This record gives sequence, structure tokens and C-alpha cells, in this order.
Amino acid sequence: MSISRRDLALGLMGLASAEELAAAWQHAHDAAAGGTKLEYLSAADASEIEALVSQIIPSDDTPGAKEAGAVYFIDRALASWDRGQREVYRAGLADLQQRRRAAFPLSASIAGLASEQAVALLQGIETTPFFEALRTHTILGFSGPPSYGGNRGKVGWTHIGVEDKMIFEPPFGYYDAEGTR
Amino acid sequence: MKYRPSEVVDFVVVGAGAAGGVVAKELSAAGFRVVVLEQGPYLREKDFTHDEIHYVRHQGLTNDQKQQPVTFRRSENEPAVNFKAIAYGRQVGGGTVHFAANYWRFHESDFVERSSWGAIPGTAFADWPLRYADLEPHYAKAERDMGVSGLAGANPFDSPRSGPYPLPPMPVKSSGVLFDRGARKLGLHPYPAPVAILSQPYHGRGACTHCGYCQWFGCEMRAKSSTLATVIPMAEKTGRCEVRPNSYARRIQMARDGRVTGVVYFDARRREVLQRAKAVVVCANGVETPRLLLMSKTNRFPHGLANSSGMLGKCLMWDNSAGVQCVFEHPLNDYKGIRATRVLQDYYDCDPKRGFYGGGAMDARFGSFPASFGLGGLPPDVPRWGAEFKKALAWYFPRTMMIVGHSPSLPMERNNVTLDPAVKDAWGLPAARITFDYHADDVKCAKWLWQKQIEILEAAGAKKVWGKLNEKPGMSVHLMGTCRMGHDARTSVVNAFSQSHDVKNLFLVDGSNFVTSARQQPTATIQALAYRASGYMIEAARRGEL
Repeated sequence: MSISRRDLALGLMGLASAEELAAAWQHAHDAAAGGTKLEYLSAADASEIEALVSQIIPSDDTPGAKEAGAVYFIDRALASWDRGQREVYRAGLADLQQRRRAAFPLSASIAGLASEQAVALLQGIETTPFFEALRTHTILGFSGPPSYGGNRGKVGWTHIGVEDKMIFEPPFGYYDAEGTR
Repeated sequence: MKYRPSEVVDFVVVGAGAAGGVVAKELSAAGFRVVVLEQGPYLREKDFTHDEIHYVRHQGLTNDQKQQPVTFRRSENEPAVNFKAIAYGRQVGGGTVHFAANYWRFHESDFVERSSWGAIPGTAFADWPLRYADLEPHYAKAERDMGVSGLAGANPFDSPRSGPYPLPPMPVKSSGVLFDRGARKLGLHPYPAPVAILSQPYHGRGACTHCGYCQWFGCEMRAKSSTLATVIPMAEKTGRCEVRPNSYARRIQMARDGRVTGVVYFDARRREVLQRAKAVVVCANGVETPRLLLMSKTNRFPHGLANSSGMLGKCLMWDNSAGVQCVFEHPLNDYKGIRATRVLQDYYDCDPKRGFYGGGAMDARFGSFPASFGLGGLPPDVPRWGAEFKKALAWYFPRTMMIVGHSPSLPMERNNVTLDPAVKDAWGLPAARITFDYHADDVKCAKWLWQKQIEILEAAGAKKVWGKLNEKPGMSVHLMGTCRMGHDARTSVVNAFSQSHDVKNLFLVDGSNFVTSARQQPTATIQALAYRASGYMIEAARRGEL
């Protein structure tokens, strides 16, 4: 996304200087973080966590937490600003694996479970701190700032109808447009 | 402009927020040499981003609970726990950097509620020592200096104005249109929200581009009329004002003659520095101002500087507000544009028929930013995860809005700021300990107003209405009442010009001066008080009294 010619024209009309607009745009949008390198999680744990976030915000006809890169968001959070949650994840995941083995003795991993099985597993831990952390991170990784490694391709914003722009013009929605129709 | 700390400047101001910015500008423009000590950093527009995690989830422009823990208890009989009960802006510009920018004047009735309503047992309910007419010119000046957008005459309950708003109102959003529709059906009088945001270019600043990132964020466009974007640059331009960021006041220095002589602060490297001055103005907010005075006790003032009344830190009043959310059939896209575009004050004044003290005001606004919406913005009957949750996110987000009701918090001595005897901040200073609980009338009023909010949304045709009214105090962002103003030195901390009754060259200017809480939205009144106090300081200094 970049500043459109129209935005620049608006800027030149005196809303703000074009330079100001361009600068504002640049610093308001830190570069989106991409890549699939893991900083904290093991590849095996990342694969399990990806299977879980994919149940919290599933991929159907539109992208879900998986496509948004929520697992990379989580990896980065645990490696940096949310280190305090590491133990919650470690203990939570260990507990969940135990539950999986008990409920589905033939399974080898969470990622290998059928969707209904994974759902049932998550339903069993809905009130735990691990689930709360997972849900919070999944949502932040889906529709939070792309600079944190999630919301890749802005799929989370697209899903809820958010346009990533610095300038909007009224009418903004259906009801304020009614008066102008 | 840079001063040496050993140099005796005319005024040292503690805090570069809503009030401190105004005081700095007024005093320096009048020819005085001013140093402003701000505990937070000096951020510029280029430092601001749309990072919802940093600014909303972590409240990155406010006090950091890890560095400066606040402790909280609901009464003095219970232990205080580590809890961020209060939030304030912690950078040059203070809370005006990240506020939603509602800019409401108080009403004539607000200043004389005690006379018109009568006593309320168990409270320190009182009239103000000034009237709306005393503040009116200062409200007008504040609106001009900041750049406030609004429509004079649109609110039939407004008190008289000497002139129009300097800028026309902001464009109405769908939330405003729907609120308007519901309210008018009920015979009420909604009007365009007065906001400290530019609807047109003003004083060299560009107009708002409706990006939507107002509350909790700093404005990259300088369209929000923070003191960072307005009066602070004006102060610096005089060549007589130095704004010194990362300077954390720890004590006000007092001489044997009973006058204050400067402020001791920690600089960025945590060295103690004394900035000497002929007079001290504390604009550190309704919690930090009393905390600094409590930390500045002397032999003469063993219970806190300028506290002969015993009222210092007492009568803390809370931000009593509650949001009702709702969803409509078509997309509002309320994430675009400023937070609130319509306000209603039909229920503002007290009415004995209700059976409790208080009245309310409300505004129609955008609910939550994208990630916050996913975390807690959906109605309770929607699954919290899974395919239905995902579907609901897409349907609800563009169609949701809220009405926030704003109601009073009665002043009570039991609600206060004290120094925590055990908990220290990262500088080794005692933490602010907040003791607060609502008065029964505060809760009754909020509940009653809540019903009015729901009525309006239903009249507007909302498909579903939800929300939760907390009866326990959450976090307050309006910090009022702890250095209350009054004529009587035995029952108040400052006079009607924010001057300490006890120490003539000490001024305390911020929300702490409030005698009552009105219907919240204190910034306009904090700034009007700051203009009034500044005028008094200038005259007193010219007469050689400071």
C-alpha cells in the first residue's frame, strides 16, 4: 500500500503538505515482518501451535490465523516482548499433549489430529491460562500490527473490512452516506 | 533555550501536559524565564505509529506500571495491591497526546451544585470558589490556542459562550448519525461533538485526515490539538522556555522563609539535579501532584508540603464512564474518522426526582481497534473462537458502535492518594497508593444513565445491544480533586487561582484542583484553569509578590 495520487492531491489542497503525508505514512506503518525463521519455538512446537491457532481462527473460504502467520507472531512475542508467557506455553503444551495421548492414543501429534479431535482437545482447556494466552496471541497475530510478524498480507484487516489508509473521506459508512444520497 | 539548573529562573513548571503546556506558554510569552520538567520523553510526530499493541494494549503513552507501580485498595481496611488503577500521559504533551480529544466546557450548574442540591452526608461535596463566568474567557482562549472544532449554539444545554468555536465541527460518522436518529426520536438534543482536533488547517497545522487512530495514539499529522502540537512550540518560540524531558521531579525545595526555591529531579541518568526558580508550578496531574507534595514534606509541613488543611491527596474523583455496544444492519465503518462525533447533554443537570445526586452526558463513538475488538468487542452470545467466531468478527466489526455514558464521582476524603509505605518505584521513590471506591450515588447514576444509553440505541434501530456495567472501579484516566480549590484554607489546598494557601510562590494547576467532577471530560476545564492561574501568576510576579 502506498500513498495514492489522489491522497497526494488532497495533501496539496492544504489538508497537510504532501511531504508531511508521505512521512506520516512511512512512520505510521513500520515495515511488515515476514519470513518463516523461528526465534524461540522449536519447529515441532511451532507445528503444534499452528494446528491450535488454526482452530481458533480457521482457514475456510478466506485466510485464517495460519495464513496470517499467527505462529510467527507468537514465536516472536515469546522471543521478545512477551517472554513472560513462555512458561504458560511450555506447561500448557505439555499438558495438552498428555490430554491428546489420553484421548487419542493412536495419534502422534496435535497437528496430525482430525479437525474435530483438535476442537475437542481445545474445548477441554478453554478455561486455562494457556488457552487464554493462545487465544489472545492468535487474535493479535491475526488482526494486530503486521510489524509484529502476524497479519501477513493484512489478511486480518481485510477479513473485517479495514482498509489500511492514512486518509479517509466522508461518508465513511452506510448511515452517514444516507444523508448524502 | 537552555538554562543551567543553578540559574534561578522565574518559574519551574513540573509536567508538560494539558496544564503545564499552557502555563509554560503563557508565562514565557509574558517575558518570564521558564523551565518545564517533564518525566517522560520528548516524542515527535515522526515517533508515532499505528501500532495497536504498543499504544492500546500496552498503553505506551502512559505511565509504565513496571517502572512506576501504582498500588490500589478500595478502602483503608484492605491491603493495597499492585494494580494500574490510574493512567496518565507520560511525555511532553502529557495526556493531550493520546486523549480522544473530547473538549467539553463545564456548565454554570457544575460550579454551584452544592448550593443547588444541598449537602450529601459522608462527602466533601462543595461549590467551586469560582463561577462559569470567571472561566468563560479562559475556555475561549484555550479553544483558540488549541484549535477546537465544534458548533456553537447546537447544544441547548450549553452555558453562554462569548463566541463561536474557532473551527467548524468534524464530519459526522455513522455512529453519530444513528445516535442522532435515536435521540431525536426520543425528543432529545444531540449535537456535534466539540473536539480538540482540526477540521480545517489552522495556525500552520493541517486538518485531520480521518485515519481513525486518535485515542491512545499520538497524532502523526499534528491535527490533534495536543499541547505538544500547540502551546509548547509557542512557548519554545519565545526563546525563554526550556522543556526538559526525562526529568522526574522528586522533591520541591523549600527555604527557611517558607517559600519554595526550586525542584529536585532525577535527570535521564538518574542523577539528582536542583533547578532553582523564584516560583514553582506543579502541573503533574491529580495523582502525581499530590504525590510530589507528599514526598516534599518538611518540618513545617510534616504531612506534605502545603498541606496545613490536611486535604492534600484527598477527594480523588474517578473517571466514571460506561460503554454500551450495539450492532446495526449495515456497515458503519466507524474505525474511520475521530472517536466521537455526537454528544448529548439532556440529562446533564441533577434532578431530585431521580432520588440520587448526579446527571450524565454521553457520546456516540467507535468501539475498539481491530485486534482489541477480536479480544473483547463481540457480544457475549458469540463463540469466543472457531469458525463462528471468525464469521462474527467480519460481520460485527464494521457494524458495531458504542455510546459511552459519563457521570460524576462524588468527592470523599476516604478516596485519596497516599505514599505506599512498602512499594517503591524504579527510582526508589514511594509508589502512589490509591484508595478509591464509588459513592452509592455514583453507581446509581451510572446505572440510570446506562438505561438511557440503551433506550437511545434501541430507538435508533440497533439489532443487538450489549455491554457490562462495572460496579467496581477499573482504571481511571481522569484524575481529579486531590488539591481542591476553595476560599477557606482550612478545607482546601489552593485558592481560586490555583495558588497554594500555605506557600505563596507555589502553584498547583491541573485536574487536582477540581472541586466536583462535573460529567467528566476534564481537559477543557484543566486548561481554562491553567490560563486563569497563569494570568494571576503574571500579575503577581510583576508586582514582585512571587
